[in-house]
Amino acid sequence: MGWFNRSRSKPAAQGKTKSEDMWVVCPSCEAHVFKEEWHKGLKVCPKCNFHDRLTCHERVKLILDTGTWHELGGSVSTTDPLEFVDGKGRYADKAEAAKEKTGLNESVLTGRGKISGRRIVMAVMDFRFLGGSLGSGTGEKILRAATYALKHKLPYIVVSASGGARMHEGIVSLMQMAKTCAGIARLHKARIPYISILTHPTTGGVSASYAMVGDINISEPGALIGFAGRRVIEETIKQKLPDDFQTAEYLLDHGFIDSIVNRSEMKDYLMNVLRYWRAR
Amino acid sequence: MSMDFEKPLVELEEKMAELVKLNENEDVKFDTEIAELEKKMKSISKKTYSKLTPWQTVQVARHSQRPLIRDYITGMCSEFIELHGDRCFGDDQGIIGGFAKIDDVRVMLIGHQKGKTVEENIKSNFGMANPEGYRKALRLMKLAEKYRIPVLSLIDTPGAYPGLEAEARGQAEAIARNLMEMATLETPIVVVITGEGGSGGAIGIGVGDVVLMLSNSVYSVISPEGCASILWRDGSKAPVAADALKLTAESLLELGVIDEIIKEPSGGAHRSYSEALPAVKETILRHLEKLSKVSGRKLTERRFDKYAKIGRF
Repeated sequence: MGWFNRSRSKPAAQGKTKSEDMWVVCPSCEAHVFKEEWHKGLKVCPKCNFHDRLTCHERVKLILDTGTWHELGGSVSTTDPLEFVDGKGRYADKAEAAKEKTGLNESVLTGRGKISGRRIVMAVMDFRFLGGSLGSGTGEKILRAATYALKHKLPYIVVSASGGARMHEGIVSLMQMAKTCAGIARLHKARIPYISILTHPTTGGVSASYAMVGDINISEPGALIGFAGRRVIEETIKQKLPDDFQTAEYLLDHGFIDSIVNRSEMKDYLMNVLRYWRAR
Repeated sequence: MSMDFEKPLVELEEKMAELVKLNENEDVKFDTEIAELEKKMKSISKKTYSKLTPWQTVQVARHSQRPLIRDYITGMCSEFIELHGDRCFGDDQGIIGGFAKIDDVRVMLIGHQKGKTVEENIKSNFGMANPEGYRKALRLMKLAEKYRIPVLSLIDTPGAYPGLEAEARGQAEAIARNLMEMATLETPIVVVITGEGGSGGAIGIGVGDVVLMLSNSVYSVISPEGCASILWRDGSKAPVAADALKLTAESLLELGVIDEIIKEPSGGAHRSYSEALPAVKETILRHLEKLSKVSGRKLTERRFDKYAKIGRF
């Protein structure tokens, strides 16, 4: 489903952070937090532990050792296989606008780096880029990074943040689900670690492909994770859904993620887990 | 059920039925009239069906009389041993499967089941499977790999079921796992889109060495209605969205997403099972024969390459 299907009645992690000159208003509890404190606290509300969205660069900085990041596959960019035009114009223009806005070429950033001195390959999605939707460029980059990890026998970490498939690329977007999973399957066969971090939000075609098949799936507090959109489900079953439906906590409860990790502890968690892998 | 664009054809068909009936009872014979009408029907059906719009094709793909999985089983298989259950939760009738024999070729047949009667529709949830459907399919595919028989997957679904319990039991996980496992399954997989290829619900059992499509079937990331209501903010723009989504067999062949189109008889598969089914069967057997000569390892390598090159870089 599309990244436009943002549900309105989401509890924690929803809405935009209101940013005034000195203060940030927490979208969840509406507490006023000093901007400096907000950013120092990794965009986590000190009052209610609401985890605000990070850009892909902020995420890289959070997880990797300083100065170890090298981008891979940076030349891969969006394509327009259907020459898609909708009610509001050309997809090609929309994609260009997203590039301009974010400085990114696609909805994912891929590269290699180190976590506490240990070499890894990482892909980080960025929700600002067309809702983190899964375009053919996104799929290509995620697969190329997986192939790099396979070739160099390095653990692969993917941080997802996506509304799902990119409708403007139609069937080609859908095929990226199979394409990326084929790459992950090869890592599994080669016994190379694959860790999936599902951040707010991870839904639709991304949750139904590489994001859900980690050796270990982890998430952040309050993140929205699910297959179908809340509105679609409510319309289908004609009943209201529970408030915690499709939150990270709900998924933990139902056995689909291993742990909910606070942002401040994410790097240590990854390091601790990767220590259990004995590379040959 | 008839579709608007088919009206002239359906009217002729009704007239024809009347004439045939009269021909049986009366002394007066209408043989020449019947022959003429037949000719006319053929030309009209050819004319109508040779230039269907994508939106009309969607309607044909969803036609209530279109052959469904049980029709393919009856029409193509001399044996079908249905296997039930995902061994975790239950048996989903939205996806069915089992051992099947097509001529002398033994396969594992899996596919969506929509049902024709209201009762069947409800039992199979109109072909919208729950996680246990996808997990049953995976179980059967693994069994096929173990028994060294190929997998034949027939796709016809509006999509995976968007329900509360489907989410609770991991609809996303079930589909994701299938995508991953199908990528490395060491036995041939032939996929046929027979009607509606509805997004994740379709590809969840749709990764294969060969992907075939009936000429009036469709395959899309989202329904035209859904796409229209999101991108045009107007559900009635579905015909425009159907156009933009490039969801017809012809477009998909051009995009390199499918490998071959199985031509339906003029007037659509729902008009003549006796013409439609043998063509499907023949095409499947031809591909199975070719794939049977390739080793399991080689198959998975080729399958990886096939999907890795979708998208142009």
